[in-house]
Amino acid sequence: MSVVIIGGGQSALQVADSLRGNGYTEQITIVADEAGLPYQRPPLSKDFLSPQGTPKPLPLRGENFFSQKSINLLDGVSAIDIDRPNRQVALSNGNSLGYTHLVLATGARNRLIECPGSKLDGVHSLRTLDDVQDLHAALPAAKNVVVVGAGFIGLEFAAAARAHDCHVTVLEFAARPMARALSEPMSQWFAQAHRDLGVELRLNEGIERFEAAGGGEVMAAVSSTGQRYPADLVLVGVGVLPNVALAENAGLETSNGIVVDQCLRTSDPSIFASGDCANFPNVHSPGRTRLESVQNATDQARHLAGSILGDESPYADLPWFWSTQGPYRLQIAGLSQAGDDTLVLGDPRTAKFSVLCFRGEALAAVESVNLPADHLAARKLIGAGTRITRAEAEEAGFALKNRARVIAGAV
Amino acid sequence: MPSITFTQPDGTAQRLEVEQGTTLMRAAVSNGIDGIVGECGGQAMCATCHVYIRPEYADALPELGADEDEMLDCTAAERTERSRLGCQISTGASLPEIIVDIPAGQV
Repeated sequence: MSVVIIGGGQSALQVADSLRGNGYTEQITIVADEAGLPYQRPPLSKDFLSPQGTPKPLPLRGENFFSQKSINLLDGVSAIDIDRPNRQVALSNGNSLGYTHLVLATGARNRLIECPGSKLDGVHSLRTLDDVQDLHAALPAAKNVVVVGAGFIGLEFAAAARAHDCHVTVLEFAARPMARALSEPMSQWFAQAHRDLGVELRLNEGIERFEAAGGGEVMAAVSSTGQRYPADLVLVGVGVLPNVALAENAGLETSNGIVVDQCLRTSDPSIFASGDCANFPNVHSPGRTRLESVQNATDQARHLAGSILGDESPYADLPWFWSTQGPYRLQIAGLSQAGDDTLVLGDPRTAKFSVLCFRGEALAAVESVNLPADHLAARKLIGAGTRITRAEAEEAGFALKNRARVIAGAV
Repeated sequence: MPSITFTQPDGTAQRLEVEQGTTLMRAAVSNGIDGIVGECGGQAMCATCHVYIRPEYADALPELGADEDEMLDCTAAERTERSRLGCQISTGASLPEIIVDIPAGQV
């Protein structure tokens, strides 16, 4: 008996931790392609880049965790092939590992843009500690920053660059920022909030090319509308792609991620997948989903560990997310969708408010700014399947927190 | 060096010496202290670094922030008047040593 886990992120380590927590005593090996102790990624695009911040890695687990729990960590090693009939994983160091159960927690990689100049010096991306250490070193001297993509990473970085007093331009191909994740009213509020922070947010405008200075470093970004923006530092944040090559080459089913069932099992019953790379049947939105978040990585990992040990219950945890952009803490409970009926609760001018998203007459998601109480109440209410209608939420004196208390009292 | 002592629900205690300014969460996670998760990386977003502060250190603590207060309503183990989030408390000149109790669960 043995479990091999491929990946060095939140999901990989949580699977190992939960297996031990659930009494699994056989061999566990983690194969992580980044060298060094696996670390937390959320602070990379937030605290680490602030003028006061130092990019000092926060480990996901301490070094002694691995020895105490008898978990074998192979860092700086990649898995290169899965031999399913013989249940063997071939590694980049020439060795191979046998498995009874294999976990693919391979995560995602940054989507790259292919345009003239995209490989110039000064054009950065942000995913790893190395990336952030480069950006941390470059920011204090940067004057003109261009960010390509107004997603979470792009806007977290834009706010950090403004805190360094850089002139910041954000180019976004879509008509509104964070369009994939946020409802229209919340997205529009953030567009204005970033403009008020001094960010030049250019919507409906993509990147065409980067121009180089004499020394080969980036000097300007030219947008799809022909505008030219001076740039001595560029961050490209245009989303991620799931790491599915290993699964695909092994003949496992993939489709925007590694396809898994409600127990997080792939099309091979001895192989599982969780986190950013897993495409799963989501009970909180129609059809299948792939999510990129800490909550999804860790909750799926806990569930997956149970599945390996024979638990057949379906994964059903409520998705939640957060982003910190300058002074604004955005928290999301549930998954909003295009077409949701939205209601603003609180006064957006105070930068403390929530957007409630209703679907089929019931509350399905809540997006909150600087209101953790609303967020936590929403997680409890939606997670418990409480039916809250728009009419109820529109009543005078309605507060998510009070409603959640009623639920807690009833249970 | 400042010191932090973490006491497990079963009574076992581990004392760590840490650099000035280290948060309780970072110290615990970096040193493999069981029972402190810190899933969000110290953003006061997940409430999985919940600790009970021994009363004798209460006066030396930074004030409870509004966000932390609200997150503490969401801890897995029961919130008491000694409850704080480990990511919001740093050791330093005003807190050269501290003893905390780890709750029975974080998730």
